[in-house]
Amino acid sequence: MIHFVLHDAKDTVAVVVVEGVTAGTKMTGWIMDEDRMIDVAAKQDIPIGHKVALKDMAIGDTVVKYGIDMGKVVAAISAGQHAHVHNIKTKRW
Amino acid sequence: MSIIDKDTTFLGYRRENGRVGIRNHVIILPLDDLSNAAAEAVAHNIKGAMAIPHPYGRLQFGADLDLHFRTLIGAGCNPNVAAVVVIGIEDGWTQKVVDGIKTTGKPVVGFGIELHGDHDTILRASKAAKEFVQVASEKQREECPISELWVSTKCGESDTTSGCGANPAVGNAFDKLHPLGNYLCFGETTELTGGEHIVAARCANDEVRQKFMHMFDRYQEVINRHKTSDLADSQPTKGNIAGGLTTIEEKALGNIQKIGKVCTVDGVIDKAEMPTHPGLWFMDSSSAAAEMVTLCAASGYAVHLFPTGQGNVIGNAIVPVIKLCANPRTVRTMSEHVDVDVTGLLQREITLDQAGDKLLECMLRTANGRLTAAEALGHREFVLTRLYESA
Repeated sequence: MIHFVLHDAKDTVAVVVVEGVTAGTKMTGWIMDEDRMIDVAAKQDIPIGHKVALKDMAIGDTVVKYGIDMGKVVAAISAGQHAHVHNIKTKRW
Repeated sequence: MSIIDKDTTFLGYRRENGRVGIRNHVIILPLDDLSNAAAEAVAHNIKGAMAIPHPYGRLQFGADLDLHFRTLIGAGCNPNVAAVVVIGIEDGWTQKVVDGIKTTGKPVVGFGIELHGDHDTILRASKAAKEFVQVASEKQREECPISELWVSTKCGESDTTSGCGANPAVGNAFDKLHPLGNYLCFGETTELTGGEHIVAARCANDEVRQKFMHMFDRYQEVINRHKTSDLADSQPTKGNIAGGLTTIEEKALGNIQKIGKVCTVDGVIDKAEMPTHPGLWFMDSSSAAAEMVTLCAASGYAVHLFPTGQGNVIGNAIVPVIKLCANPRTVRTMSEHVDVDVTGLLQREITLDQAGDKLLECMLRTANGRLTAAEALGHREFVLTRLYESA
């Protein structure tokens, strides 16, 4: 089963594509562009469609998805945690 | 390799001006809000006629008024429409819409309510609508090359599965249609924010690129002039955020997947403007779903590919809207709204090529007459875009 997907190996977040991911779930991820698998354990409950952090990030860091800048970190995140509006914001508006 | 190639055909309605449609609507088109009641009464009298009520058309001015006329005239000109009865409060502007639609050669007539009243207008308009409906009912489909099908796209109620799955499936379909010479369209100007440089790089030449950046910057100015926050809950919407999309940049990068890997952006049109040559056109447009699909209908597009994540339910009065989805929870809980299930993409069960072909197969069946989920469910949204307050 594929639990999460990411586009580009440089991405620092990935998308959970199944329901039922809870803290402790050992997840298998698919790097779509390279057709390669990786493993990450979820540290928190993550709803389907929401993102999991793939590495530790500090306030001000750029979040990378699709190999490109998708926003800035506003609260420290550690790998395996839920990454969303509580710790990431737009740079544009 | 794909299920479509240059010899693929579909069964369409060839109109007087040579354009091909895939539906055969007879519409009762109100010019303004005063005429909705009469329009609905005519549609009730004449089975097979469809009223398209809307709330605007009074005291608009300038570019906003121009857009109003362009949208109504464009909707009437759309090749999915066989004939039009226009109703307005007075004869002058009613005739302006009639004259605009008349350029296609299709049956069109208008009636003003002033000096007549609702009852007499309903009588006169019903007589015309009855004749139009009976003539339209004898129109037959004929075999047409696939390149004559104009295809538009917009995503709605997006979530992260849109950018990972459903939108790339549309992109794959567009990559297969583009070389065949189809007219294609995408838009949602603000929703490119964060990825506008990617779209700019795909523009076929400097002229197209400049026009695209002009439209993009113009819309950013509107946002900057009126915003009171970072637009969270509006753009991205509450539904996007509930589905996992966090920033406009992320939404944009997912949105842009719809133009595929190979398509060039060959032209830029303003809201409800008609494209002038084959290729992929960027239309400056709202990201509000029903507004944008209505603009595509006004520009002449005949079928619409609509990838959704959380489950957008709209259709359109003029254009069949095909819903595809890669979110397994949505496909399970809102199944009546989904035409093409591409959840297999995110479980590595089907390839992107297979997903694109699955979508194109549904598009062909829809073109040949199969009702979309939205059509079967009675979703006939027709939403006009406004630029500013009426006078």
